[in-house]
Amino acid sequence: MKKQKKLKEYRINREWCKGCGICVHFCPKDVLELDQDGKSSVIRPDDCIVCGFCERLCPDLAITIIPEEQEAA
Amino acid sequence: MTQDIKFIQGNEVCVEAALYAGLDFFAGYPITPSSEIAEHMAVRLPGIGGKFLQMEDEISSICAITGASLTGHKAMTATSGPGFSLMQEALGYAIMTEIPCVITNVQRGGPSTGLPTHGSQGDVNQARWGTHGDHAIIALTASNHQDLFQITVEAFNLAETYRTPVILLLDEMLGHMREKLIIPKVDEIPVVKRLRTAVPDGVDFHPYLPREDGRLPMSDFGDKHRYNVTGLYHDMWGFPTSDPQVIHGLIHHLMDKIENRVEQLTRYKEYFLEDAEVILISYGSSARSALHIVKNRRKRGERLGLLELQTLWPFPAGLVRRKTRQADFVAVVEMNMGQIVDEVKKVVDQHKRVFLVNRVDGGFITPENIKDMIRLIQGRGV
Amino acid sequence: MAVHNYIRQRFFPHLWCPGCGHGTILNNMLRAVDELGISKNDLVMVSGIGCSSRISGYVDFHSLHTIHGRALAYATGVKMSQPRLNVLIPMGDGDALAIGGNHFIHACRRNMDLTAIIMNNRIYGMTGGQFSPLSGEGILCTTAPQLTIDRSFDTVELALASGASFVARTTSFHVREITKLIARAIQHKGFSVVEILSQCPTHFGRKNKLGDASNMLEFFKKNTTPFGSKAKQDNPELIERGIFRELDIPDYCADYERTIQKAQKGKSS
Repeated sequence: MKKQKKLKEYRINREWCKGCGICVHFCPKDVLELDQDGKSSVIRPDDCIVCGFCERLCPDLAITIIPEEQEAA
Repeated sequence: MTQDIKFIQGNEVCVEAALYAGLDFFAGYPITPSSEIAEHMAVRLPGIGGKFLQMEDEISSICAITGASLTGHKAMTATSGPGFSLMQEALGYAIMTEIPCVITNVQRGGPSTGLPTHGSQGDVNQARWGTHGDHAIIALTASNHQDLFQITVEAFNLAETYRTPVILLLDEMLGHMREKLIIPKVDEIPVVKRLRTAVPDGVDFHPYLPREDGRLPMSDFGDKHRYNVTGLYHDMWGFPTSDPQVIHGLIHHLMDKIENRVEQLTRYKEYFLEDAEVILISYGSSARSALHIVKNRRKRGERLGLLELQTLWPFPAGLVRRKTRQADFVAVVEMNMGQIVDEVKKVVDQHKRVFLVNRVDGGFITPENIKDMIRLIQGRGV
Repeated sequence: MAVHNYIRQRFFPHLWCPGCGHGTILNNMLRAVDELGISKNDLVMVSGIGCSSRISGYVDFHSLHTIHGRALAYATGVKMSQPRLNVLIPMGDGDALAIGGNHFIHACRRNMDLTAIIMNNRIYGMTGGQFSPLSGEGILCTTAPQLTIDRSFDTVELALASGASFVARTTSFHVREITKLIARAIQHKGFSVVEILSQCPTHFGRKNKLGDASNMLEFFKKNTTPFGSKAKQDNPELIERGIFRELDIPDYCADYERTIQKAQKGKSS
């Protein structure tokens, strides 16, 4: 069976993030929430399946997902 | 050595001269009386590996040549009044973005559809002020085929030298008239090549930073320097800005690079001015009739002279002031309701000495027309 | 992230509103460029005027931000004079199909190898929310306070009828599809049209009570279906996505090369 990717790092460029909430709304595992500044942040990192949807949907190009596997490779 | 002599239309002269100047890209849209320029381009360009495009309108034509110029090609479009009107916004874009190109307007009667098959010089002020906002422009004209060849090459040279669109103002008479042309030999008229930057790859290139001599070297789109081109106010990299200091500098640069070089940009011819009591100022095809009457009256001892302007914009104010100083009066001969005459009035010491000699009925202004009007001005009756 | 190699980062954050679909399109368009491995020096982005057109200033390509509606005309000059270049033309719906409508149909007909990307948010955003030729009927906007009565174009049908050789559509929700379709469009030799339905939460969504950006994306998710799917037969209201035409015919520059050869042959004989 294919090894499940795990999240190593979720980078959010807080300067670029405009807090639209698209990443939060569409995260299939409810990993993300907007913090008190209205910026995207990871609340449940262990649930992340590294689907990359948030990174691709982000209109601000503010999200970078770095999976564990990528580091090992 | 044998000369290459042709007996051709003015529109064809324009094509031959443009090719001499290094043009290899033309885009246009059919319109009387300029269509022969497109037709001859379509014949001549593929044969030398150049590109000819017939676009969907005049707007897209000027846009296409501007795009082609950015990849490093010498490009031109040709049109007449209605098409020239459509081009005005994109003309302003080429001025703002400092992209060299040549726009030929074979003038016909206007406003609107006017009289397509008859000549006029009614677009002189449109060439100067047609596009919106403060700007400067170079507009050239000529009165005969040999001069037209020279001036067309100059139009390309000035476009490259000053990174600006240049307007070439022909008119229907000149465009459709056939007369002799001796094709200049290679290198007989100097041709200005595109000035490309020497800035190496990886070093910051400023497409909008003039050198000490005022020139702005370019880099071809597709080459190693990737920069931005925008019609918005922009900085020396070409990126949009709202910084008042940068905007001030940009607008002054766009004006000054042309308005501060009037003397270098002035092309003209003069006939019998030394002792002239009556000075005619004319340009384009009307200068032919003006010259005819001057020569004719000289034979009768009348001290007439002609100052033929080939650079209309920037207006050669200093030249006109100097040359008209000793004249009793100045008559501006043009086929419009008085477009250059206003400029002349601004610079001649006593503007009451300046008269308009014109014709705007679609007919060509004849030596006889000019003679009659001069007699009226002199109070001698017709 | 790889897309950051293709942008001029000093101009970020960009000027688009929170939740604007245009940023998402930029994001996934750059992935297409990355996947194809095209050198930045071989890419020219030509745009017109409007929210969408500001995209050209953000990409680290040769970028030409022109005048309203005329991007395709400038692009035609760039491509014709230097056919080796890849030319991308992102346009808004008003830019491409109102003021630029004539250039659009003629570019389709001419079939020059250009990639037109129409970012259709059904509104003029930059000027404050006036209706566009893609708004359609019954839309509330600043120039139709009693709702629009103008009928809209169907971009895909217009492109097909005008002769474009590659025609596709997707939405700003279908992010992988954006990358896939733009990559295919760039590779296609001929005029390519990719319409991407995009959301303007500020002017279109808010006024028409469509919720926030996420709600507008949900709409794209629920109301679109792959081209030719059975779902469309069951529900004709669904908007189809995918490739509607991919035709292998000579592009304009290739045809013009033959014109040159013909002319030169005629000259030597």
